[in-house]
Amino acid sequence: MRAGSAQVLMAMIWRDLRLAMRRRGQLAHPLLFLTLITVLFPLALGPDPKQLGAIAVGIIWVGALVAVTMTLSDLYRSDRDDGWLEQLMVSGHPMVLVAIGRSFSHWLTTGLPLLLLTPLFASFLNMPEQLLSTLLLSLLLGTPTLSLIGNIVAALTVGIGRSGFLVGLLVLPLYVPVLLFAAGAVNAQAGGLSPDAHLLMLAAIATLAATLTPWATAAALRTSLSSN
Amino acid sequence: MANKQKKNPIVLFIHKTGSPEYFYKLSGRFLPWLIAITTILTAWGLYQALYVVPPDYQQSESYRILFIHVPSAWMSMFIYAAMAVMAFIALVWRIKVAEICAMASAPIGAAFTFITLCTGALWGKPMWGAYWVWDARMTSELVLLFIYLGIIALYRSIDDRRAAARVASIMALVGLVNLPIIHYSVEWWTTLHQGQTIRLTGPSSIDASMLPPLIIMAVATKTYFIAAMLANARNMLIEQDRNKSWVRRLIGDAP
Amino acid sequence: MTCALIEAIQIEHERNGLPIYQAVSFRIEAGQALLIEGGNGVGKTTLLRQLAGILPTRSGRVLFDGSELDEQLANARSQLLYLGHRLGITDDLSCQENARLWQKLWGRQANQDIVRSLQSVGLMGYEQSRAADLSAGQRKRLALSRLLLCPARLWLLDEPYSNLDADGLALVNRMLASYLERGGAAILTSHGTFDPGLRGVQRLVMRAA
Repeated sequence: MRAGSAQVLMAMIWRDLRLAMRRRGQLAHPLLFLTLITVLFPLALGPDPKQLGAIAVGIIWVGALVAVTMTLSDLYRSDRDDGWLEQLMVSGHPMVLVAIGRSFSHWLTTGLPLLLLTPLFASFLNMPEQLLSTLLLSLLLGTPTLSLIGNIVAALTVGIGRSGFLVGLLVLPLYVPVLLFAAGAVNAQAGGLSPDAHLLMLAAIATLAATLTPWATAAALRTSLSSN
Repeated sequence: MANKQKKNPIVLFIHKTGSPEYFYKLSGRFLPWLIAITTILTAWGLYQALYVVPPDYQQSESYRILFIHVPSAWMSMFIYAAMAVMAFIALVWRIKVAEICAMASAPIGAAFTFITLCTGALWGKPMWGAYWVWDARMTSELVLLFIYLGIIALYRSIDDRRAAARVASIMALVGLVNLPIIHYSVEWWTTLHQGQTIRLTGPSSIDASMLPPLIIMAVATKTYFIAAMLANARNMLIEQDRNKSWVRRLIGDAP
Repeated sequence: MTCALIEAIQIEHERNGLPIYQAVSFRIEAGQALLIEGGNGVGKTTLLRQLAGILPTRSGRVLFDGSELDEQLANARSQLLYLGHRLGITDDLSCQENARLWQKLWGRQANQDIVRSLQSVGLMGYEQSRAADLSAGQRKRLALSRLLLCPARLWLLDEPYSNLDADGLALVNRMLASYLERGGAAILTSHGTFDPGLRGVQRLVMRAA
């Protein structure tokens, strides 16, 4: 009687993307945030290109982590407030579809734009050009994991008002491996080594996250909604 | 209740100890003994560690802090594992006592992690000239502290106590999957950056005479954990069940 | 005795150890409706959320089609529509987009198209309006259109009459009457300060536990 899983997933992603287009302003928030970070660091450290170039990767990656984290507390908030999550829960469709759909659309609207603007940030920070491709690759392999893990934490905190700080406390420790391997990949290349091992680790973590996190997010959503 | 009959013995056992009243009475009987054992073992272990064991030929007296540091470090991980097991039981069988025990463990685990970090810093100052070095174990321990604090903060942020415990239990399990990855990534990171890892303890540095106090302290911290966790859980339980008939009987408020 | 569509046996609910309601029992068969009445805070919404399986049943039993609700949640849920205190309307989508989305997820009721359903709940001409621009009563009407658009054997309606004008009350009653006639079943709540004019239903009055 009711729609199949693939159709439901498509419908949910369609809804997320349509809403993202209607709330375009919010789409720009993480990008503006990261732009500001890359402007503030040179102001604090001085414009010496060598010094900036040496820490550019760290600034961009830490900035990306914080920018993604800041989007998380609102990830399921409006859906909870308007009753949409409750409707999905009683629809009989598996909540794991909600988790998969939202992780994907979150990456499309957060991780991907950050990735696309990174060449700009890298040039602000005078990062050596030959490192750019590795940095982009590390973002391509790392940011999906940020969305996937971030979805769990967003789902766990969906019932909590003013959860911004709590979300950061919960999610940033979980982001440590991604940060270490991603920044490690670029730093390895800067030191004349191959970044492949680091990038493979990032890919392995992303694969693991893609298999496990939707189930955790679904359980978290069900539990968060069942509080009264 | 035909559907309730086909439960296997393990589930039945969990359900029996999972009855709040039974748990409260049983733990009340164990608690004084656990406190006594912990006190005796701690006194004995500390005496051994501070007076009996000879000073290290290289590190003189300052190494004695390891007798606190090492058992605390073990406990910081042991308690996490114990909490994760109880969180799992709580989520799968929806048992209130398991929820409460898992949540009662978190602050104790955080305390041991904090002690590990403090004693590590105190030991690091004379040994390495700095309170903090980015050693792999210390870094993992620091991340572990943040995860503990996150679980505690999450539990306290939700009004409905049972939902709060379940949500925090999911976070504990998410952390469990992540901890080995965090540990491994940090280990890799330090070996790449420093060439040689600074270790607080290695197999070679343990002298035979150091073993007895270390083992005594390891046992003492475990009995302390069980005692503190039970005491904590009992308080949480009667607070949550304060309107239930068994608690009212307990405090003589109802027949 | 035929098998009830949904039956509650001595269910209760508590929050942080305080009982919200105790010993609630009823049974509803196809073609019947139950009106749950009671003042604010007696747990009507909580009861409905429990029947929808959002809140777990820790004491007592809820049977759907004769077997435990908790053991066949997905099956039971695929046969019910729930209209909560939070309506499930997406503000930044138009009425038509909302309706289309519901049909994608909840299935399509035979011979009901979106425009006609919106028309019959009194939202003609608002098809392209953003849901956020509707009034509270119109939003309620939009949410009610989900009952026409999507098929179900059971409706769980939390305060379906709130925010509606006299015409709206009649609309809800008309929808319920025709649904029950077609063999549907419904459980609805009302805070009981007015008579919705609903006839031929069972009543359950809840009081503070």
